[in-house]
Amino acid sequence: MNRANATLLNLAAVGCLAVFLWAAGRHLDGYKVQIINLIAVNIILALSLNLIYGFTGLFSLGHAGFMAIGAYVCAMLVLSPAQKEMLFILEPPIWPFSVVQAPFFVAVLLGGLGAAAFGVLIGFPVLRLGGDYLGIATLGFAEIIRVLANNLPRVTNGALGLKGIPAYANLWWNYAWCLLTLYCIVKLVRSNFGNALMAIRDDEVAAKSMGINVFKYKMISFTLGAFFAGVGGALLGNLLTTIDPKMFLFVLTFNVLMIVVTGGLGSLTGTVLAGIVITVLLEWLRFVENPISFGGYEIPGIPGMRMVVFSLVLLMIILFRREGIMGMREFSWKGFLRFFGRGGGAR
Amino acid sequence: MTSSMFVQHFLNALTLGSLYALIAIGYTMVYGILRLINFAHGEIFMLGAYFVFWGVVLLHLPWPVAVLGAILITALTGVLVDRVAYRPLREAPRISALISSIGVSFFLQNLAVVVFSAIPRQVYRPEWLTKVMIVGKVRVLPLTLFVPALSLVLMLGSIYIVYKTKPGLGMRAIAKDIETSRLMGVPVNRIISLTFGLGSALAAASGIMWALRYPQLQPIMGVIPGFKAFIAAVLGGIGSIGGAVVGGVLLGFVEIMLVAFMPELAGFRDAFAFVLLIVILLFRPTGLFGERLEDKV
Amino acid sequence: MKNEAILQTRDLTMRFGGLTAVKDFNIAVPRGGMVGLIGPNGAGKTTCFNMITGFYSPTGGQVVFEGRDITGAAPHEVCKAGIARTFQNIRLFANETALQNVMIGAHLRQQTTWWHALLSLPGCLREEKALRAKALHLLEIVGLADHGHEKATSLPYGAQRRLEIARALATEPAFLLLDEPAAGMNPQETEHLMAFIRSIREQFKLSILLIEHDMKVVMGICEQIWVLDYGETIAVGSPEEIRSDAGVIEAYLGKESAANA
Repeated sequence: MNRANATLLNLAAVGCLAVFLWAAGRHLDGYKVQIINLIAVNIILALSLNLIYGFTGLFSLGHAGFMAIGAYVCAMLVLSPAQKEMLFILEPPIWPFSVVQAPFFVAVLLGGLGAAAFGVLIGFPVLRLGGDYLGIATLGFAEIIRVLANNLPRVTNGALGLKGIPAYANLWWNYAWCLLTLYCIVKLVRSNFGNALMAIRDDEVAAKSMGINVFKYKMISFTLGAFFAGVGGALLGNLLTTIDPKMFLFVLTFNVLMIVVTGGLGSLTGTVLAGIVITVLLEWLRFVENPISFGGYEIPGIPGMRMVVFSLVLLMIILFRREGIMGMREFSWKGFLRFFGRGGGAR
Repeated sequence: MTSSMFVQHFLNALTLGSLYALIAIGYTMVYGILRLINFAHGEIFMLGAYFVFWGVVLLHLPWPVAVLGAILITALTGVLVDRVAYRPLREAPRISALISSIGVSFFLQNLAVVVFSAIPRQVYRPEWLTKVMIVGKVRVLPLTLFVPALSLVLMLGSIYIVYKTKPGLGMRAIAKDIETSRLMGVPVNRIISLTFGLGSALAAASGIMWALRYPQLQPIMGVIPGFKAFIAAVLGGIGSIGGAVVGGVLLGFVEIMLVAFMPELAGFRDAFAFVLLIVILLFRPTGLFGERLEDKV
Repeated sequence: MKNEAILQTRDLTMRFGGLTAVKDFNIAVPRGGMVGLIGPNGAGKTTCFNMITGFYSPTGGQVVFEGRDITGAAPHEVCKAGIARTFQNIRLFANETALQNVMIGAHLRQQTTWWHALLSLPGCLREEKALRAKALHLLEIVGLADHGHEKATSLPYGAQRRLEIARALATEPAFLLLDEPAAGMNPQETEHLMAFIRSIREQFKLSILLIEHDMKVVMGICEQIWVLDYGETIAVGSPEEIRSDAGVIEAYLGKESAANA
């Protein structure tokens, strides 16, 4: 398999995706389209966490915080000054949000950059910590962000949240960002820079002795991860058209972690597959929480059951199949074609 | 601020601090032995409170019986959680057990939603604890004396177990070196189970008293106290029981007094602990009383 | 210039709390030289390595490399200055292939960085191709050309030792620290290893400092030997001098044997 062929196949795959999205947008109902949108967003979020945790070995539990920053920055930028004035009934929004409005792409980008800036800010102190302490410190950071969101009414409208965010995040935007994220992270982890990140994950001491500036590299990985988490958060907020501090609880990070662990730490292919499976599973499981009528009988829904099943799935994976779906393996066209028995012809 | 108000704040702080301390002991013992942040510990705390509620409301047990029963069942739950979700991961990378504990935390929390429902429940409170006494000019809730006193007894009890009994010796041995302890014939698994049992019993006691102080049960009630108690354990120096107690009480005081003296910061109350956590981790990761752990090259 | 020491330590001292692990360690490694550091278990040999390579910040003394004071520099800076090391208990990157391991070593001298890779700049692609070729060449030198795509930890023990050396060489060092390279090898493997170390020293114009337990290795290839015991340097000299030094024999074999000898 040479590069040109692989590029061609990649383009063909993107083409197929485009056709699928076009068809989905035309023929599927709003609920199903929403699920397909959520898949893209979840894949972005999980890819970014996999970069931080799966590839660099930084156990970060701060995703909800980065997402919150991305979502708030983006929402505050796409809302028009007039809309913001209506929303902020208690206190007027702070400058420059009170006057600016930005196109959607710019708003998402700035959402990501805002999250990345916080990534740098928080990374400087906490990335010196290792393992579980890093996890708990980043979790603390996410909680701090949430408390701030609740208590800075001029920036976030406090507990009331932001409502009526114009919904620009359609299938095309979400999947364009998803593919961009995938492209960037694939490029990174396949480069020698990516090898250096994995070296840090596998043995920090040896990585240092190989001349790798471990702190700097962790910082870059963490900040890039934060950027894409911010992008994911921005898209999610836009997709739901409403955000408030309650949305960014730890459970949000848990869901993303679940995708990464299920897919396999250090496998982007696994993350994409698990992103699809878990998003669909999470939506599908809603049925256990809703009442079902069955031959005239009304079976009441069981609230909480969804997360019970979901957390059990995570426990099963971590206990019985710790490497997840893919382990550290990745998709390649060569393997794909070989799998379908045509490998000899394509080479 | 009048002196009578100060006394009230002081008692409130002491109560809150003792409750944090009791939970923190469980965190610190488990971390000391297994290097595991047991995320599910806050849920164990929550279960303790709910079991009492069940005993009183559904089984019509007298309150003291319900309390003892609940502590026992919660302790067993803690042991069971370790058996099922942590023990198989002893040889796995450390973060695996941590992820497993996050899973258990969400599992128990949502199981509580399924079983007890998410609707907040009112708890039964014995009258002798809630009837306000007037001592001099100060209004005192007996609860705010009872909680610190009972907590102190429980803390001394657990310190006695860890430092003066044979199983306690086993715990300290495992904390130093689990492999060597095993080779020396310490029944490692049994001691770890005991640790989880003891830690969970203390968390249950804390949960039950928490429900007396803040009489509303909710499946998510363990999350924030759980985090804060963990922070208290880190503050005191993780692995040190005395440290957990001091850290818990200190955190209780910081929270109550900050809000008492600067009410405008009340909204930020839940962030204090986390800011404190990050500050400690940066400047004194071993906490106030922790031992230094060296990186091995 | 020829006679000047490439690496020199002056009164290097490391205390851990009340314990002095290494005291007043003075070593001078001539350019192109091959010297050994020996001593019984716990004598402080690895501590010396860790001080030189920046893993420990010495409590006293200086490390001078190529005339530059590098005391207390971070490990990656030390490596960048031209000092590479291996570890007593092999520390390869377990989830990476042999080739990736060597490429990670070569990363230090790479000019292009993450955002070049992100943008797929042609310069970056070219450089990574060159690095790959360089890594393959190094694998060939250590006799692992056919194992480039195997997971590092799936290689046999001796091959892992050589891979670790290849990885260190990829950082383009002028100075190589080998921590017990012959540990766990049988006499025949050790023989090969000695020849191998000699050959890379010629080929890469290296100066080498090695810690070794196996006296035969040290005596066989080192021009000068430092002997540590309880953190103190008890003897310095040529292999012959060390062989007949009563203090050394005592440290290694105990007082009685020394008297009998």
